[in-house]
Amino acid sequence: MHFGLSDDEKALQDTARKFARDVMRPKAAHCDETSTFPKEIIQQASELGLMNLTIPAEFGGMELPHVAQAIVTEELAWGCSGMCTSMISNDLALLPIEIGGSKEQKEKFLRPFTTGFRLASFGLTEPGAGSDVAGLRCTARREGDFYVVNGQKQWITNGEYADQYTLFCTSDPAKRHKGIMCLVVEGRPQGLTVGKHENKMGQRASNTVTLTFEDVKVPVANRIGQEGEGFMIAMATLDNSRPLTAMVAIGIARAAMEHAIDYSKQRTQFGKPIADFQAIQFMIADMASDIEASRLLTYKSAWLLDDGQRNTLVSSYAKRFSADMGMKATTDAVQIFGGYGYSREYPVEKLMRDSKLIQIYEGTSQVQRLVIARELLKGT
Amino acid sequence: MPLKILVTAKRVEDSESKIKVNPAGTGIVGEGLKYKINPFDEIGVEEALRLVAKHGGEVVVVSVGSKDVHEQLRHALAMGATRAVWVNHAGPMDQLGIAACLQKVCEKEKPDLAILGKQAIDDDQNQVGQYMAEWLGWSQATFASKEESLESEAEKSKTPAIKLNADGKSITVIREVDGGLQTVESPLPCVATTELRLNQPRYASLPGIMKAKSKPIEELTPAALGVDMAPKLTVTKMVPPPARKAGIKVPDVATLIEKLKNEAKAL
Repeated sequence: MHFGLSDDEKALQDTARKFARDVMRPKAAHCDETSTFPKEIIQQASELGLMNLTIPAEFGGMELPHVAQAIVTEELAWGCSGMCTSMISNDLALLPIEIGGSKEQKEKFLRPFTTGFRLASFGLTEPGAGSDVAGLRCTARREGDFYVVNGQKQWITNGEYADQYTLFCTSDPAKRHKGIMCLVVEGRPQGLTVGKHENKMGQRASNTVTLTFEDVKVPVANRIGQEGEGFMIAMATLDNSRPLTAMVAIGIARAAMEHAIDYSKQRTQFGKPIADFQAIQFMIADMASDIEASRLLTYKSAWLLDDGQRNTLVSSYAKRFSADMGMKATTDAVQIFGGYGYSREYPVEKLMRDSKLIQIYEGTSQVQRLVIARELLKGT
Repeated sequence: MPLKILVTAKRVEDSESKIKVNPAGTGIVGEGLKYKINPFDEIGVEEALRLVAKHGGEVVVVSVGSKDVHEQLRHALAMGATRAVWVNHAGPMDQLGIAACLQKVCEKEKPDLAILGKQAIDDDQNQVGQYMAEWLGWSQATFASKEESLESEAEKSKTPAIKLNADGKSITVIREVDGGLQTVESPLPCVATTELRLNQPRYASLPGIMKAKSKPIEELTPAALGVDMAPKLTVTKMVPPPARKAGIKVPDVATLIEKLKNEAKAL
């Protein structure tokens, strides 16, 4: 067993850390306050190669291991989790193509992301289908060489700016998961309406919209896998992306802990720094040990992918543990800051709001527990 | 005209690490320290990359030290340097030894221009570039800087501040001097050393980091170069700067002025 980072991993981490510190952090509070999507920062990250890390070399990508991607993601989330979510949204949207696409489709839909700045969106959730993925109602009706898509997608990250959408639809809602298929929608076809940017509680730098499809024609050649394989592709995608969302929680929690440590040394009560009190020390000790535990669990879930193993169980452990850990750590950080922590003048309340989303998106903490229980109880 | 530029990548303690003098006063505590490329050298690498982007050519990065310096060489390669030369030396060394190694590497590589940090942030000696130029018989343009700020368009477009003149055989360098800037011209080959305000070094991109792995690092030794590394300078003692004393409160302005006059002697 080996727990150290390789020289490569250290170098990647170093670049991500500097970018997070020098470029993301200084704009984080402003983007949060104004709910602004900082396209130029996302573009700069893309140009530095901080996005789309796992696209296969065959299609011009860096094909970095998932562990390296996890290491980079922690740093980006430490910088600003809203921006980070927009950056890793590309991975989420391109994964279905990496998993289920043909060689021609990969050439067409992945390569452009390795040669220039492009954004992609993953469209699974609907107003009436969140945790119940098989209940989605966005339909794709076959007409010759096209599908005609009708329906609505909700909470679509980068939706306003995306150059390409990976969309999950159904040939017949009554078929539940057996009817789901995955389609790649290019650009802004006629009939696609992008809704307004959502006014969210946290991660406000990421762009989040609804997409409405009215008789949108998508070539059959853009279908990833077969009709009915969409559900499986979506689930395999989430197995791959859970280590990333877990890492976002860890990056946020680490930022919160660092702020809490700095503040507790400066803040004086009863004649001494509050860091001298056990009540504060214990909160910091919990944060540090929980962050380390989350990180190791998440590295393992990414390592399993690199090792070619199924990671459904461990990635659900990682996502659940890290998301809940992040919420506790950021809540405690606000507690350590006291009244100042509750004020927007200080950075920790943003982290608490940002953190909440990790318990919700890409599988709620409750869904992670369902997946874990199902994995553990099946066949017994 | 394509340029061959030699740059350096000294391994120094990261200024974000906590630097402590060891109890014996013979050096600093190495445990828990992080290391990075000397920031002035990094500026040199950036300037060389900009010159080569404009005129073509190659950037050769050199470092003297144990195998640990590969980390700094790889950093320069990840930024975009073409290849690296490693002078393998594990023991103690001083500025004369380092400058002699660099002189020999220059004689071997025959670059048009060598760009070094004006000093390293560990020992702040500011000697190596000057020794090297003297021994090579090259001219030197130290403390290279520029008129434009680091927020200017020239900086954003990554325009080199060191200008290759139209004859292709000389350069123009703006030097930072006391109270202003001085413009000098120098024939090539030449040694330039960098100021902080010369440029803002780029980040090593992730594809750059991955590509750097396959770029060659040539190994040389001081012995093979005919350099005696035995230091002529010995550090006899290191002491940390005195800890800052706590401030005091004065009751009124009159006392403040009195103290500034008589105690601090600032007035």
